[in-house]
This record gives sequence, C-alpha cells and structure tokens, in this order.
Amino acid sequence: MGTSLAARMSLHGRDVVSIRDLSRSEIEVLLASARRMIPYAEGKKVTRPLADKIVAMAFFEPSTRTRLSFESAVHRLGGTCITIADPAASSVRKGESLSDTIHMLSSYADAIVLRHPNEGSARLAGRASDRPVINAGDGAGQHPTQTLLDLATMQEAFDTLSGLRVVLLGDLKYGRTVHSLAYALALFGAQLVLSSPPSLRLPDEVRDQLEHMGAKIQEEDQLHRAVRDADVLYVTRIQKERFPDEADYLKVAGSYRIDNAILAAAKPRLIVLHPLPRAGEIAPEVDATPHAAYFRQAFLAVPVRMALLEALLGSPKRTRR
Amino acid sequence: MPVRELRITPIKNGTVIDHISDGLALEVLKIIGVQTLDKDSTVSVALHVRSGKLGWKDIVKVENMELSPRKVNAIALIAPTATISIIREFQVREKRVVDLPEKIVGVLHCPNLNCISNQAEPVESEFDVVERKPVVLTCAFCDRRVDDFLHHLA
Repeated sequence: MGTSLAARMSLHGRDVVSIRDLSRSEIEVLLASARRMIPYAEGKKVTRPLADKIVAMAFFEPSTRTRLSFESAVHRLGGTCITIADPAASSVRKGESLSDTIHMLSSYADAIVLRHPNEGSARLAGRASDRPVINAGDGAGQHPTQTLLDLATMQEAFDTLSGLRVVLLGDLKYGRTVHSLAYALALFGAQLVLSSPPSLRLPDEVRDQLEHMGAKIQEEDQLHRAVRDADVLYVTRIQKERFPDEADYLKVAGSYRIDNAILAAAKPRLIVLHPLPRAGEIAPEVDATPHAAYFRQAFLAVPVRMALLEALLGSPKRTRR
Repeated sequence: MPVRELRITPIKNGTVIDHISDGLALEVLKIIGVQTLDKDSTVSVALHVRSGKLGWKDIVKVENMELSPRKVNAIALIAPTATISIIREFQVREKRVVDLPEKIVGVLHCPNLNCISNQAEPVESEFDVVERKPVVLTCAFCDRRVDDFLHHLA
C-alpha cells in the first residue's frame, strides 16, 4: 500500500480535534487532495462523494466564514447539512450538557463540525460521538482546519513549505491559530520568526515544544526588519475576548499595522496572510498589491474542508485525478 | 526503647505513609480527607523527622483505613518520594513506593477555568503524565500543562 493511500485510509472515520492528531503524511495527503478540489470548490466541476451523507454543524459561538465555508464544502461534495447556528434557540438553553447534545447529534448525522467557547470541548465531543468530530474552534484552543488552509495557501504560492521563512506577527500568546500553525510549520521544516508586543509573546511551553521538534526560531521585534527577508507574513488579530483583563488589551490594541510603506522593503514574492476578520492590522491599500493573499486564503477554506470531509466520510479507496 | 519509636506509636491496623517530603504532611492529610474518617481512625502526624534518605521527612499514620487507588495517585503527585505501608496486626503486610500511572483521573481540577472539564459536563478531570522528573501533566481535554498540583487538588 502506498504512503498516501495508507494516510488516506487512516483518516477515514477519525476525529480531527488538533493538528497534532494528523501525521505529516496525512497533512500532505489532505493538501494534495485540497489542490485537486479547487475546480469543484469553484463550481467548475461537480462531484458527489457525500451524496448520502448528513453533516451536523454545531456552532455554539458566533462564526461567519468557518461555518459558511464548511457548509459550502458539504454542499459542493453533494452532502446535506443540519445546523445549530444559534445555541440560544436550542436545547442548550434548557441546560442540556454538550455531551448529551453531541450524543443526540451523532444519531442524526454522519459527522459533526463543532465550534464551542470552551477549550477541550471538541475532545469531549469526540468521546460522546460515535461519528467523526471536526473541531472548528474550541475557545482559545485548537482550530486544525484553519491551520490546514494556512498551509494550503503557503504551499500554493511556493510549491513547498520546507525552508520557508514565516513571520508570525501579533498575538502569539492567546491566538488560537498561531500555536497550531507554528507546530505544523515546524513539522514541515519552515523557519519561524516571532514578532509580537512583549506582553503577547509565544508562551514558553509552546516555544519549548517547537524547539524540541528542531524548529528554527528567531525573535524580531522590529517589524520592518522581520518583513525584509520573509516569504510569508502571517498577521493575527488581537482578540479582545481572549484577554482576562481589558486594561491589558488596551495596552496592545493597534500596536502594529501592515501597510504599503512597511511592505516596500519586502521580497516581491512575499505573501501576507490573515485568518480574518481583520480589525485594522492590515491597511486596505495592501489588498491591491500582489502580496495580499488573505482572500485567497479565505477561499481555500472550501477546498481544504472538502478534502478533509471527503477523507473522513468518503470511500477511503477513492482518489480524485 | 529508642526515642524515635516514642514519637509515633505503632498502629495495629491501618496505613503508614512515610518518606513524605518535609512540610507536605498537611497536604497529604487533605488528600486523605481526615474530616471524612470514622471515629476509629486515629491520625498521627510527625513533621520534620530526621531521615537518612531525605534529610528531613514527614510521616502520617492512619489507623483502620486503607487508601483508595485514587488517593494513592494524588499522593504520588504531591509527594513522589512517599512510601505506603499497609499494617495488619502490627505487621507490615504490604509496602509500596507510590507510582504515577499514565493517566490521572478525578484527582485534580484543570487550572484552565474555561476547560470543558470544569463545566457542568458528566466527565471527570483527566490528565496525561507527559514528564516524570519533574512531573508534568497535560489536561486530556484542553492540553493545558500543570506542574503545580497542590493548588488544583479536586
């Protein structure tokens, strides 16, 4: 059995709670599959591997692009969605536990996509469900499909992840996406440059784990110097809701902004990524430059999530050419 | 009779927890839950006892009680040098060094207040032992690391 077929078969029916649940070869299989999914995600070709499947969207926290891109992915694969988009209107309001809600949903659907405000909720859901659970964000915890689409965007631009010099800018302390992304980039041998306000530095335990993996990590507080040699500038939003203290948030809010002046010294092929929504971290003038890749990144959410859903729910031996 | 023997008298039946790191006996008492013991379970505590192995140590003796595996796990976390002897009819019937299992269930609260295991869910806390010297645990739900066990005992 080839490595990619083995990786594809190993994904079938699994929970995806953390990017660490996936091996490097499984991530490579998903990224390759996502590339093949692009014309299907654009509606230029039609495929229906999920024609007889129902996917439950259990969103207990507001979400626009994550929920819509998952729903789009299910529809593009010929499947059907059932959705909890407003927990205030569901049985959760009556005091039902998440375990019971997930147990019930797993009898209505073939897979569950969960967004929930508590860290660890997706791991709990995976135990309560006998169907695959995909973590679409658990509080300040994990968001593995965001990491996959971040990697897909970089790989599309450079054909490789190995050796890329990636600047992680902004909230490296509370940012849900950044820790998973740093881990995955380390797995693929990228160089990491950390640039953040002093109070928002990468937690020591995360940094220790990355260095233990052999990651090359550099810190650069001067943004213009960080940008100069970078291949990828990954900008994060400082999320007010993640700060225990509003005064700490106000100290760092608006402390960095990417504009054309900052990018003037960048490599021509530098791409700027952002998980969106942005709140002033990237000036609108950057949108018109070839550096702006964040809308492409947002689009790639659909083929990446299609690739994952197909791997978890489709026929394990089927490959798309 | 040597002076050391007079400090805590032998017990007929019960449990002796010896080689507790100096100053941690009171934490061990919390784990044992002395307030829940019945009237026949007299507890003796020796603090700051000279020890050849540790320099100084604490000792706890509890009559007519044997520790549950969960309490042994909790003691293993905060007093990893401790030894536990089960006494029957003044004889040591079983002696064991406390040993951490791979998973610690129901012993600690996750320090992450936003962790799902701290919400009203029908689950017990669960930690994986990721390092043993010194002991580091990670929450099996939210991955939060914890190395300060005293403040998070359930």
